[in-house]
Amino acid sequence: MSTLAAEPAPDADAAAAVDTTAGAVADRARTVQNHPVNARRVLASEWVKLRSLRSTAWTLLSAVVLMIGIGWLAGWGSNDSWSDLSPQEQATFSPLDVTLAGFYLAQLAVSVLGVLLVTGEYATGMVRATFAAVPRRLPVLWAKTVLFAAVTFGSMLVAATVSFAGGQRLLDEHSIGFGGDGVLRGIVGVTGYLTAVAVLAVALGFVIRSTAGGVATMCGLLLVAPTLGLLLPRSWQENLLPYLPSNAGAAVFNAAPSADSLSATGGALALGVWLLVALAAAAFTLTRRDV
Amino acid sequence: MIDARNLTKTYGTKKAVDDLSFTVQPGQVTGFLGPNGAGKSTTMRMILGLDAPTSGTVTVGGRPYRDHPLPLQVVGALLEARAIHTSRTAYSHLLALATTHGIGPKRVRQVIDQVGLTEVASKRAGGFSLGMGQRLGIATALLADPDTLILDEPVNGLDPEGIRWIRDLLRSLAADGRTVLVSSHLMSEMALTADHVLVIGRGRLLADLPMSELLAQAASDVVLVRTPSADALTQALTGIGATVVRTDTEVLEVCGPTAAGIGDLARDLRISVHGLTPRQVSLEEAYMDMTRDSVEFHAHAATDPDADLIDLTTGSAA
Repeated sequence: MSTLAAEPAPDADAAAAVDTTAGAVADRARTVQNHPVNARRVLASEWVKLRSLRSTAWTLLSAVVLMIGIGWLAGWGSNDSWSDLSPQEQATFSPLDVTLAGFYLAQLAVSVLGVLLVTGEYATGMVRATFAAVPRRLPVLWAKTVLFAAVTFGSMLVAATVSFAGGQRLLDEHSIGFGGDGVLRGIVGVTGYLTAVAVLAVALGFVIRSTAGGVATMCGLLLVAPTLGLLLPRSWQENLLPYLPSNAGAAVFNAAPSADSLSATGGALALGVWLLVALAAAAFTLTRRDV
Repeated sequence: MIDARNLTKTYGTKKAVDDLSFTVQPGQVTGFLGPNGAGKSTTMRMILGLDAPTSGTVTVGGRPYRDHPLPLQVVGALLEARAIHTSRTAYSHLLALATTHGIGPKRVRQVIDQVGLTEVASKRAGGFSLGMGQRLGIATALLADPDTLILDEPVNGLDPEGIRWIRDLLRSLAADGRTVLVSSHLMSEMALTADHVLVIGRGRLLADLPMSELLAQAASDVVLVRTPSADALTQALTGIGATVVRTDTEVLEVCGPTAAGIGDLARDLRISVHGLTPRQVSLEEAYMDMTRDSVEFHAHAATDPDADLIDLTTGSAA
């Protein structure tokens, strides 16, 4: 076989007859120009998937609306009820934190969309087509993560900026400008936190594979854990709660963080560790488990 | 070419695929036959690297599927469960997969035309009928003009015209020199399409032979004889070298002599015969015999003594 393949056979018909197993297929004229699968093409493919689902646009829009709407509402409300605040409340009032308060609900929309981008494929069986096209699997994890992180960062940066700008106008005399103390850190920080939530949701989607389970876990981690943690003994609270994603995120973007809070750098590092662990778990399950 | 060596897949204590070794050659349609639950789909998923074998190996074109730089050009697959996001249009579904291999919209529209979905290309796949879903799955498989096609029950849900279309498509794909592996639980369908058959039951390989051989095997004649003197006739027939199976007090299944021969013999011995029916074993029955022990769930009818009188040939109208 190998000698036949290496030299031109004197009798072409005989060679073809012998070499049916490999030759017949390799010699077939191709009508379609294919290109090797690489990170860029997988990313482009995921982009097609992302923009061809109507739910993507709606969920993303709801995150933006929640972010801006609640920020403006809080700005207007705070200004309106300023005289009802105690002197102490007035002293610790943070015009930045108030107008970024929409993140609390925006993070839910981001979580749901991130989980759905992955579990939607498992639920419908699309995942088998996806991994038949990209059998090495990991490029799909990276592409979905990078793409959704980028989309979340872009949309939430706009939302946070608009929320802050409009909210400050509504706060009137209690407002601060973009040059104010911690404002840029707050806007970029809250966007970074929501982007971290996006990555966490995608990674969890690959680990859990079911929409209900993934969304419930995200809600538990972001909303329930910080509240439930308050039932723990005080010494445990100090050592555990600041490291939860929500509290670590707040340490990054809040102008007036709580007493137990990590530093902004510490919070960013803690979030980074969460992301690394989640992505490692996603990569591990994705490569080890059957599709 | 697909090459499986000692392929085994265990789920808990259950062996879904048990030490399966086979080769699927290019240039012909290979039928992958077995009752439901025999391990056909699991085997196909292992070929595509979607499920990892518990032991053994399987290669396509000489190496594991996942090691190919252009996987969709190596194997195009239609898997049993519809591998399509229901909220996406047929066009976007195909474009997303095409993009991984740098294939453009022109080719996407081409395969949509080829499978006859042009008019519904911009409709959400969730609203597709089973037959349209199968066509979209076949479009997916054809997208990168693959050397090997793996189709899991492609005729499911298709109308007679669709079934004929699939049959012609498979034949022409094989004629181009492609490797074509098609699973089915319907022998009659495979008899019309496949050149070669792999039969599996309970994850084990039961047969690996050309369709022509299977047809020849099934063609051996059996004569049903109804007689009140079954004992005497059995003795006489066995004496001349026939194989006799007594299926009822008065019914014999005789293999060997012709109906005329049996009639003459009975007359000579003055044994009365009430019925004499030549019967050709249908391909379906040959298949049923082969897989009987390995069927996962028997219908109660299978234990009915009259069950073999029911015509088992499944109508595959063309």
